[in-house]
Amino acid sequence: MSFRTPRPETHGIKAPAVAGSGRNLLSIADLGAEGIEEVLRVTDAFVEVARRPIPKVPALRGRTVVTLFAEESTRTRFSFETAAKRLSADVLSFAVASSSLKKGESLRDTVETVAAMGVDAFVVRHPSAGAPAQVARWVDASVINAGDGWHEHPTQALLDCYTIRQVLAERSGRPVADVGMKNFGGLRVAIVGDVAHSRVARSGVLALAALGAEITLVAPGSLLPPSLEGWPVSAVSHDLDSVLPTVDVCYLLRLQTERGAGSFVPSLREYTAGYGLTVRRAGLLAEGALVMHPGPMNRGVEIADEVADLPRSVVLRQVANGVAVRMAVLFLLLGQVVDGDAAGAVDLGPGFGAGDG
Amino acid sequence: MAERERRLTPPRGGVFVPRVQVLAPEDVQRAITRIAHEIVERNRGLDDVVVIGLQTGGVPLAFRLAQVLEEMEATAVPVGMLDVAFYRDDIGIRPVLAEAITSIPCDLAGQLVILVDDVLFTGRTVRAALNALADYGRARAVQLAVMVDRGHRELPVRPDYVGKNMPTRLDEQVDVSLDGVVLGDVVPR
Repeated sequence: MSFRTPRPETHGIKAPAVAGSGRNLLSIADLGAEGIEEVLRVTDAFVEVARRPIPKVPALRGRTVVTLFAEESTRTRFSFETAAKRLSADVLSFAVASSSLKKGESLRDTVETVAAMGVDAFVVRHPSAGAPAQVARWVDASVINAGDGWHEHPTQALLDCYTIRQVLAERSGRPVADVGMKNFGGLRVAIVGDVAHSRVARSGVLALAALGAEITLVAPGSLLPPSLEGWPVSAVSHDLDSVLPTVDVCYLLRLQTERGAGSFVPSLREYTAGYGLTVRRAGLLAEGALVMHPGPMNRGVEIADEVADLPRSVVLRQVANGVAVRMAVLFLLLGQVVDGDAAGAVDLGPGFGAGDG
Repeated sequence: MAERERRLTPPRGGVFVPRVQVLAPEDVQRAITRIAHEIVERNRGLDDVVVIGLQTGGVPLAFRLAQVLEEMEATAVPVGMLDVAFYRDDIGIRPVLAEAITSIPCDLAGQLVILVDDVLFTGRTVRAALNALADYGRARAVQLAVMVDRGHRELPVRPDYVGKNMPTRLDEQVDVSLDGVVLGDVVPR
């Protein structure tokens, strides 16, 4: 008995007429508050799996996940690959540097070639905003945005939300599942630094705001996006010192020098003087306030060495939760009956819904 | 199947309409007590016994069974719960429930596991549970206790301890809780 949607004779390549009908995670906006909550809840189950002697379940046996990274990455790529392997999926790792893209093959031809081999999900990172959405229009497989240009990085936002929820649950001494999402209501979050170039900031703001958090952006004018229209933030500040004592979470963004952020500030040292979380500034934070960073950290620029290693800094916990969150995303996209058609195609058996197996 | 699972299970989920009360609450208690005696008799005591309830219907029964065993033999019996959602061969049909927590109290290597579920039907849940248990260590033995065996097995699975053998029709539904066993139907909402 198979629950995968039967592959039509298109060799995995989508006919242009049905563009965009797959099950994808391209933007936090696609999920909405309900979708975010579902991911966080399923993540609880995978956090437990990670604690087992054998942290692997057979849920996605026989599925194939391709990681297509056209941009450098350590944690996101390893995190997705670990997640897929812990779900027993097969992982194909696509390194652009050693691929035919270098011979001049277009992204579309490359993606369609890989898709024709029978792939269930593409995990796409690309320097151009919208590239994963474009890939989703070309193939039948599910597409997960693992960071596209300045646009979005939805799984990062999900793991950040999960980490906040987990820490708050531990403090209240109750299991994560009991605490639910209500802790986000009125949670005060400062997102500090290079907002303009940060896909993490975009996804993070959308996710945290959807769950009810109040967000303050703290950045020099040159590192804010030209327009904040449509950004669900409650305040914008240029004075980190005055914001720090009022927040529950201080989320630092990496100064994206590879995207030219260095030319938007007079010097790295001046940036640190105004917007870096130095040891002195960390002292301004309220008791129990969290320090978060999506990594990789520029130690000494946006975060001081000593601050990065404080107990209130949950950077490594963010990384650990990343695997469980990505397992949840892969499971929800690939492990479920796809839609009405697929459910109809599945032989549920006469006894389905009539008592425990 | 517990009501909350049934409610959420697409596409044939629906409302459980009770028809006949088959076992009263005290009958369920008596069955648990009898099963506890059988466990002690068969295993000559409770050495290395770990009771594990299957989410969600088996969990309250497992906790009750462990309590009875502890009172009977005056020894501590570890109790755990197991959600087999990720091991099923019909993934996607059953929802992943937030409240269906997996919590195994100890290393299972060398232990005698009593697996507890409410209803034994096709045997597929038990198959998934055996695979899941193997990931927690090599148990010395696994025995299966169920409150109701309703027949219609699709896999070679048999229970070691049964509360009640109850022939059913395929389209019927059995609802088991500490408040009794009820036979009924699921009506689409």
